[in-house]
Amino acid sequence: MGRHLVLALLLLLAPAAAAAQDSDAGRVPLPTIVKGKGEACVADTAYMRRYHMTELDHQRDETMHRGVRTRKFSLKECVDCHATPAPTGGYVSVNAPGQFCRSCHDYAAVTIDCFQCHAARPGETATKRAGEFPRTAGKFRQESEVQ
Amino acid sequence: MTGRTPQQGFDPQRRRFLSAAAAAAGVTLAPGVTLYGVTAAGSAAARAPEDPVTSSVRWGLLVDVNKCRDGCNACVTACVEENGLRGNGRPETDAQWIRKVELRDPSTGAKRSLPLMCQHCASPPCVDVCPTGASFKRADGIVLVDKHICIGCRYCMLACPYKARSFIHEVVEDQKPYAPRGKGTVESCTFCVHRVDEGRTPACVEACAEAGGDAMTFGDLNDPNSRISKQVAAYVTDQIRPDLGLDPGVRYRNL
Amino acid sequence: MRRTTYREITGQYIGFYGLMAGLGVLILLSLAAAWHMEHQGHHVTGMTNQIVWGMPHVLAIFLIVAASGALNVASIGTVFGRTWYKPLGRLSGLLALALLVGGLAVLVLDLGRADRILVAMTTYNFKSIFAWNIYLYTGFMAVVVVYLWVQMERRMNRFAPAAGLVAMIWRLVLTTGTGSIFGFLVARQAYDAAVMAPLFIAMSLSLGLACFNLTLAATCRGTDLELGDGLVSRLGRLLGVLAAVVLYFTAVQHLANLYAAEHAGIERFILLEGGVFTALFWLGQVVLGGLVPIALVFTLPAGRALGRVLLASILVFLGGIAQIYVIVIGGQAYPLVLFPGKEVQSSFFDGVVMSYAPSWPEITLGVGGFAMAAVIVMVGLRALRFLPESLADAALDPHHSAAPTGAEEKAPA
Repeated sequence: MGRHLVLALLLLLAPAAAAAQDSDAGRVPLPTIVKGKGEACVADTAYMRRYHMTELDHQRDETMHRGVRTRKFSLKECVDCHATPAPTGGYVSVNAPGQFCRSCHDYAAVTIDCFQCHAARPGETATKRAGEFPRTAGKFRQESEVQ
Repeated sequence: MTGRTPQQGFDPQRRRFLSAAAAAAGVTLAPGVTLYGVTAAGSAAARAPEDPVTSSVRWGLLVDVNKCRDGCNACVTACVEENGLRGNGRPETDAQWIRKVELRDPSTGAKRSLPLMCQHCASPPCVDVCPTGASFKRADGIVLVDKHICIGCRYCMLACPYKARSFIHEVVEDQKPYAPRGKGTVESCTFCVHRVDEGRTPACVEACAEAGGDAMTFGDLNDPNSRISKQVAAYVTDQIRPDLGLDPGVRYRNL
Repeated sequence: MRRTTYREITGQYIGFYGLMAGLGVLILLSLAAAWHMEHQGHHVTGMTNQIVWGMPHVLAIFLIVAASGALNVASIGTVFGRTWYKPLGRLSGLLALALLVGGLAVLVLDLGRADRILVAMTTYNFKSIFAWNIYLYTGFMAVVVVYLWVQMERRMNRFAPAAGLVAMIWRLVLTTGTGSIFGFLVARQAYDAAVMAPLFIAMSLSLGLACFNLTLAATCRGTDLELGDGLVSRLGRLLGVLAAVVLYFTAVQHLANLYAAEHAGIERFILLEGGVFTALFWLGQVVLGGLVPIALVFTLPAGRALGRVLLASILVFLGGIAQIYVIVIGGQAYPLVLFPGKEVQSSFFDGVVMSYAPSWPEITLGVGGFAMAAVIVMVGLRALRFLPESLADAALDPHHSAAPTGAEEKAPA
């Protein structure tokens, strides 16, 4: 009985021990934070990390049912800022592996439902509009300029 | 007035004072008059993004069937382009938000054609039957599908008397950012709500005007000064299936 | 007062496990079909923007309608106090539950966004009969569980009549709600009728009893449970009466429609020019699903009723599927009347009768619902005491002078 208990405990603790030794080997890769355009996001990172879905859910109901189209937490604006330009022109989808939304969501194992319906790339009018929140047009962290 | 004749000479200073006062009054009042005129005509268009829609506006569409040319598909093409309704070569399952309907009177052989889309009823049966409330009518009369809560049961498609709704039968990619649509949900004409909210008109109306047909008029039915209200007041217009008592926002003239 | 002894299925039956395996395969196939439909989108099915509800809905509606009617046997025993039906109450409840779960599973798996079932269970538009039905269906499951409990827990037996009454009223409301799904659609020529609700109630009683007869016969054959001719002939004649009631309401529906010139088109379509729909209506629903079973059960040979009653039940079952097919698919195939009196043509198939061909994913999904119902019944019979010890005439007949209790021991095969 005692031997079985010890064996069971060892089996339970083994994966944790293995993980402690080798934190990066073969487990889920830590998300790569893709920098968006401009200086800062509409809210600070810790707040967005926790509450971005709450804000998006609220925004979607406001836009859908009351026609309120403020842009601070609009999903379209998020995609406009956070989409990476593609080397061949245009943009990479934010839902592509390793891109902005996917890398954190893959790490946290949370399915993204948005892009079944919503466009994951900015539209052609994306860069032509001025923002109402801190965003300096033209100061990109990427190498290439976007048209 | 002192009654002095021009021969006797009048007071130039007085005249200058009166002219200046009149000019000052005119300058003070003119912007108000202009502003009133602008906002009255464009009051609906001037809604700020953070303001919710209200029922003081009711969006409507008037189609003059006499001006609708047989064989012209400008409205359909514009809708497909605007909303990203890429077809898949399967006409039975591809979405159609607007279609041209050809009518023929079997006893006389006379033919007409007209565009048919979601009629944006005041009492929409699709809204009544939706189990989750995803099919809803916005305060300004536009009937929409909230695809976040649509479960894809298609009951609204059965209920619509105009067969206005489409179900998305396949995976959708490369959506237009202002017209989200995806597999497994139901959709229909939105009156280009993304354009209307910016003060523009639906794509079909614009395309019809550009194609020279000018058969479609869009505007606020609650505003007596709008072009559509004046036309609806001046001419006889019909709704399709008025016997159902749904009061559609789309009216047809010369049907 | 005779006391009936109930037992579960015991012993090792090769047929039991074989049947379970076969049903399991059917269920897996139906799940695969549902996944295929969900993953690829509904373009892989025969359902289109014109025929939006297809084979899965036909079979699911059959299951749900039959579920409500299957409980009728228990009601006859508990609420109406008919002695011959009393031992069947538990099996009736189990079958009702099983058929409903099977039907709901098919409906949910066909949804365009089945992953949003939680949304459907928490967000309601109470103007929609669909929303009410969600409560009616889940409530029915709870009511049946309570009803079974008061029947099976001897200390609660005195509440059985009350529970039976609640179950019966709930059933009627539920079936009215199911019929109203169609009856409230004023825009469709085929559905705009108040008679849809009582028609569905009649169908539920008839189809539910047909399913019950088939289940009872299969169970008795499979477990060597003696099934007396007295009970069988009674079940058969009841089926005949209920099938006649269905024919009556069908006649009322169509005669009322024929009287109004507005509905002449749809009646012409269903009764005369609808091709497969006309054939299914007359041959499938009226003749094979109505007239032939009625003739069969009212000419039962004395002492050997089982064969004919089974055949009648199978025919009523198939006739029911034909009837629901004509209602659901035929009603959608007929074009909407937008411009009365005009011929209409468009790229969206206005003005034309739509054709529909059920696809394999749809049929597989629907059949999976039946398989699921069968598995639930089999597991239930194995786990709990739903089956009476005997259904022989000696055990059930209140006027039988031989020793009661029906405790004829039958050794399991």
